[in-house]
Parts: sequence; C-alpha cells; structure tokens
Amino acid sequence: MDRRSQVSRLGAGLAAVALIVSACTAGGSPAPSGGGAPAGTLAPASLSQIGGSVSIVAVWSGGTDPKSEQYAFMQVLKPFTDATGVTINYTATRDINAVLSNTANLPDVAGLPGPGKMIELATAGTLKPLDGLFDANAYRTDTPGASALEVNGQQYAEFFKGSIKGLIWYDPKNYTGGTPTTWDDLNSKAATAVTALGANAKQWCIGVKSDPGSEGWPGTDWIEDILIRQSGPDIYDKWVNGTQKWTSPEVKNAWLEFGKAVTNAYGGPTTVAATDFRKSGDGLFTSPPQCLFHHQASFITSFFTTDNPALVAGTDYNFFLMPDINPAFAGAVTGGGDLLGMFHDTPQAKALMQYLITPQAQAIWPKIPASGALSGSKSVPLDTYPDDLTKAAATDLANAKIFRFDGSDAMPAAMSAAFLKGVLDFIQDQSKIDSILTNLDSVQSSAYGG
Amino acid sequence: MDSRVITAILVVVGVPAILIGYILLTERVVALVPARRQAGVRPWLWLAPGLLMVFAFLVLPTLATFVASLYNKTGKIFFGINNYAYFFSSGDTLIALRNSLIWLVLLTAFVVIGGLLTAVLFDRVRYEVVAKALIFVPLAISFVGAGVIWNFMFDYEPPGTTQIGTLNGILQAFGQGPVAFLQHPLGNSIWLIIVAAWIWTGFAMVILSAALKGISPELLEAARVDGASETQLFRNITLPLLMPTIAVVATTMVITALKAFDVVYVMTNGNYDTDIMALQMYHQLFDFGQPGRASAVAIILVVLIIPMMVINIRRFRIQEAIR
Repeated sequence: MDRRSQVSRLGAGLAAVALIVSACTAGGSPAPSGGGAPAGTLAPASLSQIGGSVSIVAVWSGGTDPKSEQYAFMQVLKPFTDATGVTINYTATRDINAVLSNTANLPDVAGLPGPGKMIELATAGTLKPLDGLFDANAYRTDTPGASALEVNGQQYAEFFKGSIKGLIWYDPKNYTGGTPTTWDDLNSKAATAVTALGANAKQWCIGVKSDPGSEGWPGTDWIEDILIRQSGPDIYDKWVNGTQKWTSPEVKNAWLEFGKAVTNAYGGPTTVAATDFRKSGDGLFTSPPQCLFHHQASFITSFFTTDNPALVAGTDYNFFLMPDINPAFAGAVTGGGDLLGMFHDTPQAKALMQYLITPQAQAIWPKIPASGALSGSKSVPLDTYPDDLTKAAATDLANAKIFRFDGSDAMPAAMSAAFLKGVLDFIQDQSKIDSILTNLDSVQSSAYGG
Repeated sequence: MDSRVITAILVVVGVPAILIGYILLTERVVALVPARRQAGVRPWLWLAPGLLMVFAFLVLPTLATFVASLYNKTGKIFFGINNYAYFFSSGDTLIALRNSLIWLVLLTAFVVIGGLLTAVLFDRVRYEVVAKALIFVPLAISFVGAGVIWNFMFDYEPPGTTQIGTLNGILQAFGQGPVAFLQHPLGNSIWLIIVAAWIWTGFAMVILSAALKGISPELLEAARVDGASETQLFRNITLPLLMPTIAVVATTMVITALKAFDVVYVMTNGNYDTDIMALQMYHQLFDFGQPGRASAVAIILVVLIIPMMVINIRRFRIQEAIR
C-alpha cells in the first residue's frame, strides 16, 4: 500500500484535503483540464503526443470479433491512441471483483462493476478521485448518471455508457395492444393477447442464467423495477443503502409480484432458472411464439440479432417502457451503467480519463449498429443512435423523471451477491420467501459500513 | 535487452549458482566443527534453506491466516471467535460444509471404485492400452475446460424446443422431457461430483494398474491351480495386495475433494445449494469483502485435512518399518 492511501484511511475529511492537494500539485499534466469550460459543457479533448502506456481491465471481451464488446471498446480508444501514441494494454475479465481485490497489482484504469464496489474501493483509498482532471460540476450536469458516483463530494468514476432497464420487448406481429398505461392494464391486455398465440404460450419469457458471479441478475432487475414503481424512489434508496429491511412489506411485495411473473413464464421456474439471459428473449420469435413479452434492458437487442440475424428493429421487435404501478411514482426508471475508474494517476491514465467523457468519445460506441449502448451524456446528439428503437431508449433515459441506478449494482458486494442467490432460490421455490428475506436481512446487518 | 530476458537469465543461472555456493559454504562451516560432530551438523545446514522456505511460505501464512480469522472485515477490530460462530450458524456456510463432506465421501468412492474396476477389467483385455488412454485423457484437460465441456453436456433448453445438451438430447431422443441437471439440489451436487470423478478416475486407474502389474503372476497361477475362483482370487489375493495403493489413492482423493474449487466455480458458482468450502472461502474473500470469514473457512479446511495428513504419515512410517 502506498503512503497516500494510508493517509486516506485516517479520515475522510483529511483524505479529501490530501487528495485535492496531491491532484493540484501533480503538475505536468499533458492535456489541459476542462476547468475553463462553462458549466454544463465539456471542452473537447485536446490530445498531444505523450507516448507511454496505460493498462486497462474491464469485462468487455470478444477479442477482435467486430461484433464483440471488446472490439467496440477498442474503437472508442482508437482516436486516443492515434493522437497520443499511448499504448493500451487491455485485459478482459469476467471476474472483475477478484482482479480488483489484488491491490498489489491494480491496472491504471478499470471498468468497475457498480457504484457499490466503487464506494468500497474509494473508501479503501485504492481508487483515485477524478476531480482534478475536469470540471466535475460540468460533468455531472452533462451526464446526470455520474452524480451518483461521488464519495464525499468527489467524483470517483465516470459513467462511461449506460442502459435503460425495465423495457418490455415484444414482437409487433404478436402484440398489437399498444403501450399499456399501467401495470394492471399491461396484465389485462396480455391476458387476451396471449391466448391468440397458442395453448403453450405464456405472458413472459424469463431467463436468469448468466456468468459465474452474476447468475440471477435479470431477476434482481425485475424486483428493482417493480419496487421503484410500487413504492417509489425513497423506499428504493433506503433499500439500496441498507436501511430498508428486506422483510418490510414494500420489498416483499416486489418479490411477490416478480414471483407472479415467474409463474406466468414459459417453461415455469425450471426454464427460468436454466435459461441463459442472452437467449431468454428468443422465445418471442419462435414459431409458434413461446411468450408475449420479455423484460430486459436496452442492450438486449444485440443478443436478439445474434441468434436471429434476420430480425429488423421496429418491425420484428419493439419495446415500451415498463408502465407505472403506483401513479404517485409515475416516470420512475432504473438503469445500469458501465463505470470507469482510475487506480494510478499517471499522465497517460489521466489523459485517457479526460478523453473518455468527451462527446467525441461518448458517441463512438452508441453509433455502432445493434450495440444497444446508450451514452449518459446530454452532449451526444440523438441522431448518433443508429436506429429508431435506440433513439427511443435514449429519449426515455433522458426524459426519466426519477432515475435510479440498478440497485444490486449499487449495494455492497456481499449484499448484492446474497440478493442474486436469494433470487435464484426464490425462483425455484417461492414458498421460501420468508426465510430468504430473513436471511437477506441478516446479511444486510453485516454488509454495510466498516 | 528486454528486462524479462535478463530476469530469466538471472534465475536460470543465478539460482543453481547460489545453491552450489551455499553447499560449498556449508562445507567450509562444517570443517570448523570438531570431526565427531560434523555428521550431526551437516544435515541441518543442508536442510536450513528448505526449512526456511517452509517457514516463510507455509508456516507464516498459516499463522497469519489464523490471526486474520480472529478479526472483522476491515482487519482492524478483534472479533474473537465470531467468524467461526458465523461459519457454524449461517445457512450458506453450513451448506458448503455439508457439500464438502458429500464430495469427500462420493468423489473418493467414485474414483477409487471406478479406478479399481477399470484397472482390473482392462488388465484382462487385448486393447488395454487404448481403453486406459481413453479413461486417462480427461486428466489432461484443465478443470475449467472440463467444467465448460460438461456445461454443454448438461445444457437445458425449454421443453418443446430442440435440446442441444448431450444428456438432454439423449432424453429427448427417447421421448423424455428435459432435466435441469444443475438447478435442482441435491442431485446437482452429485452431477458435479461425477464431473470431478470423470477427471480423476484415470489418475486412480493408472496408479492401481501399476500396482496390479506388480502382483506376481505365479501367485495367481498357484491359487488357480488350487481351485480358487476368479472372484475368490480378486477378493483374497488381488485386493489385499492392492490395499496400500488404494489407501494412497483414497487419501489423495479425500484431499482433492476438500480443496475442490474449479468445477463448481465454473459450472454453478455455488448456486442452487452446490457451494463447497474452497469456493465459500473465495466468495467471502473476493466477492463479499470478508477476509476474516474467509480466513476462518481456510482454518476449518486445514483442520479437516490434518487427520488425512496424519493417517498418510503414519502409513508411510509403517511401510518404512516393513522395509
């Protein structure tokens, strides 16, 4: 552990002072910071040849396959490497928590699994604050999603790209009922529409299988989307921050509503548990269709077209935003974000972090057809997005009255892991709800704080 | 020159040079000691580097782990036996402990019985080499690779669609519905153990087969002349003679079962009640940020393995005594 991170353990206030001083005294920063720009806008990156290298670890894998996330990320980095001559040493991992636990061998820049882990790393002193690199206030105005990424008023991560959660996907040929106005409306419209699809079809296609460490996450998304619409952002925040009991009626009701969807899903609990989320939407397009609706974030389109390349956005698949449940909380949405943080404040890493939030860099990934990526930045124009569906998702994200981060990503890692496990157990046997929630309460009592 | 090349040369040339230098040095030191004491001093000097390494890389970390297991998750607040109390009261850790014991019994049983059967039966056929190679090949596959392969074997598709998993494909060919092998406790743990047994059976077979070849044919021939049946031959001659080898294989498998990690990590990640001790330790440390609880799991694991080590060392001594 270096000296500075020991200092930061002395106390948050002292640490903040130390870090600001160190950020200010770290002269010779090659690229000027956006400090002079007026609030609400960010200066375009001015990049100079500095050479050297920067190491990055993130979850985006797939090598040089042009359809892969890794390839898309490399496209984002290319203007930077061309202009600065900095070599990128990129490593893809599916187990980012384990990689970031190895404090002796941290990369310069890393994709962070969520705000919860970000807070842990910032508190531990390994993550470097970004305040000296750009005008943090301007950044938060430009990218509202970034305002949740603060610890003690300092920006510790960038909202690199985002997705809007709680979209209900359907095949316009199978569902013609239009956008439901409420959750009850959706269920009653579905009840009539699903009978037309055949005897075996169900209202939902759900699949929660995923990579080790994240198995079950589509179920957590479901519960979060229901909770914020049923009980509103205040309860949601308390729940994410560990002050709302899992056994409280609000949280339990969200679980029970999700349980109804599982019961109403194609193949029942076993199929829900054993189907990979990447394939779980395919049932919309089978003949005869397996289901009417699929609940998933905006990025799912890339998986639709992987399995069924002939599908056309708008005519073969479309979405509406999950309707409000309690009118008091109309317009509440949840979303996910890919965060980037910095562990070593080398000139190269700082220049990269400055570059990545510019509108120029922010527009590259969303522009890739079928990537489903949304920029959190208001400076990225709507016509960046390749098709009407993605434009609509980006509009929904921008227009959301109440936006909250994916709760399971924002909880401490232990809480999040227990939540995932609880969802899997619940899917298998809904009668265990009380013992699952009691267990989550006991995890909650030890997962938060020091 | 690349700094890595320099490092490599330093290691390849430097390490043997230091070792030889050390031996020469110890001889100098030994020469200073009175002649009748030399024989007593020399082994300790020769052992010293090894003992130092064992101390630095085994004893110290074990002690440090034990100390860490007495502290809370920040490592700053003394916690007493709280982490152990947690281990023996939390549902998740108790399931991990239960599964590790199931692994211990079943993996050992599957591997020893499978290895013994294949070794004895293949001994009597002409295509022995080919058959043994087939059983042995999985051992050459990395455990993570094996986990991925078996994930495909166990793949589940919704009823009514084409099953792409091998096992469910077979079930479908016979008109049966698909089975979610990895999602239903307790069967899922058994399937995982079968994957591990698939890997390790070849190992047991090779060792047992070698021991089998060591049994003198005259002995078996004599018994046959005396009218012993093949079953009696196996039970009363082959099996007792193989016993020391079986014991070695069995203790190896017990330890393997207790420290099993890869297969479960890749295939279920401990979900659906398939968690085991080593994976629980990993999750506590890397995912839950609980180094204290992870250390407690490690210490409990060590305590469970110690009896196996004692048994092994005892038998080794007995064998030495017979020799």
